[in-house]
Amino acid sequence: MLELLSVTAGYDRRAPVLSDVTLTVEPGAAVGLLGPSGCGKSTLARVAALLHEPYAGRVVIDGEPARGWRHRAPRAQRTAFGVVFQQPRLSADPRLSLADLIAEPLRAGRLEHTARVRELADAVGLGGDLLGRRPHEVSDGQLQRACLARALTLRPRWLICDEMTAMLDASTTAALVGVVEEYRRETGAGLLAVGHDRVLLERWCGRTVEWGERGPADDA
Amino acid sequence: MTPVLSVERLSVRFRMRDGVSVRAVSDASFDLAAGECLALVGESGCGKSVLASALLGLLPENAETAGSAHLGDTDLLAADERTLARRIRGRRVGLVPQSPAAHLTPVRTVRSQLAETISQLTRAGRRGPQLATAVAAAADRAAFPLDHLDRYPHELSGGLAQRAATALALVGDAPLLLADEPTTGLDRDLVERTVDELRRHIGDDRALLLITHDLAAAERIADRVAVMYASRIVELADADAFFGSPGPRHPYARGLLNALPDREFAPIPGMPPELTTLPDGCAFAARCARADDTCAWVPGLLDGVACHHPETAGAEVTRA
Repeated sequence: MLELLSVTAGYDRRAPVLSDVTLTVEPGAAVGLLGPSGCGKSTLARVAALLHEPYAGRVVIDGEPARGWRHRAPRAQRTAFGVVFQQPRLSADPRLSLADLIAEPLRAGRLEHTARVRELADAVGLGGDLLGRRPHEVSDGQLQRACLARALTLRPRWLICDEMTAMLDASTTAALVGVVEEYRRETGAGLLAVGHDRVLLERWCGRTVEWGERGPADDA
Repeated sequence: MTPVLSVERLSVRFRMRDGVSVRAVSDASFDLAAGECLALVGESGCGKSVLASALLGLLPENAETAGSAHLGDTDLLAADERTLARRIRGRRVGLVPQSPAAHLTPVRTVRSQLAETISQLTRAGRRGPQLATAVAAAADRAAFPLDHLDRYPHELSGGLAQRAATALALVGDAPLLLADEPTTGLDRDLVERTVDELRRHIGDDRALLLITHDLAAAERIADRVAVMYASRIVELADADAFFGSPGPRHPYARGLLNALPDREFAPIPGMPPELTTLPDGCAFAARCARADDTCAWVPGLLDGVACHHPETAGAEVTRA
């Protein structure tokens, strides 16, 4: 269970982006969070992934309260999450080849990565010489495939996808959602998918939650 | 009626180092009439934005073009920079950019950018009440709120920045509006509002070329659809027939439409070929269930579809 309890967060204490917001994702479930631009849904996703420290409230991951944010989060909690952002160009180091990009989480833990990178590249459909290229040599869709592979590298129990497909064409969107769902079938991982495309999230997720006046209207 | 824009066998290729060349646009031909909206759809990297840059004369130095693109009696591909700068851009082709936040000048207010554009493109003068009235009218036309005119681009939401950019594009009363991914990153409500506004602006006497990967936006306002795949237009069809019945006829177009979450939500297997190493035959053959020996030859665009084995009319596209 991923629990966000009475979370207040933002970038200015006097004017938080979201106040007293509660949202839960059951183990293995896929929850879609729908809301217009600027409503604070991405900020909530960042809090859920332990990337943004809230002013108030708690995040509980599988029964264990979050004990820190960003680099201060304990490794076991940090690596429980795989995160994919909207803009692959802003979330990929331009100096790394796609293979190095995917291997980075394993490198950080000094773990063997060749086999895992190959396996992930196959899963997201990055074949041929694409793995040896750097971000400026591939399309947005190909780079986002690599970013999704990177999110899966450490076999996270939770996936946070923040507008993962907003920049992509219909076929690449369907392909990446297929990769996420295949991973979830294999591992039983849970998913929080944030976006504004109702048709997509309703097709993709078991449950969708609408962001209302004061935050997500979650009746689960 | 003479079309506003007539593109004939337009090709663009980029010469890179080591003798490699990128074929970004191959043999594109289409007409665009007044009052018409043509949506050019395709995935990122298929060459659709390069086509737009070619029409604006904004290609980089290493680009080589072939074919023609007539706007009235001017061939946009043959025109020199002086003609393009003084007579074409802004005056006869208006550009609604992909990322208004990056297109607007960050250090100047919307009012000052509108005023500059108006005094350059119209007879409203450089200052004074006449210019102020013209600025207000230009903002109003794109539904940009007048009390936000003194704001800087970073103080605007995505939707308002888009309207500011649209207001700038409309100032010159250009007969051709070119919108390059005008809705990227906007939420659904804003996408619909933005494209509806663009549609309204073209009225009966202008033409709109809408370049997008958002099929829902294209379906909403386009009269015709051109599908681009690996540098070629592979299908050119009426929007009603394309999105409704009988549906797309090119296997790629059919697959793209079926990938939508309100249809089959199934991806097309594989990925498009690189524009540096396009195959000699049909570029889609490697991903196509219908491919056979004849696909070793590039199919021409015949009767709106470039395929040796197009879907026959009558086959329904299933909507989930």
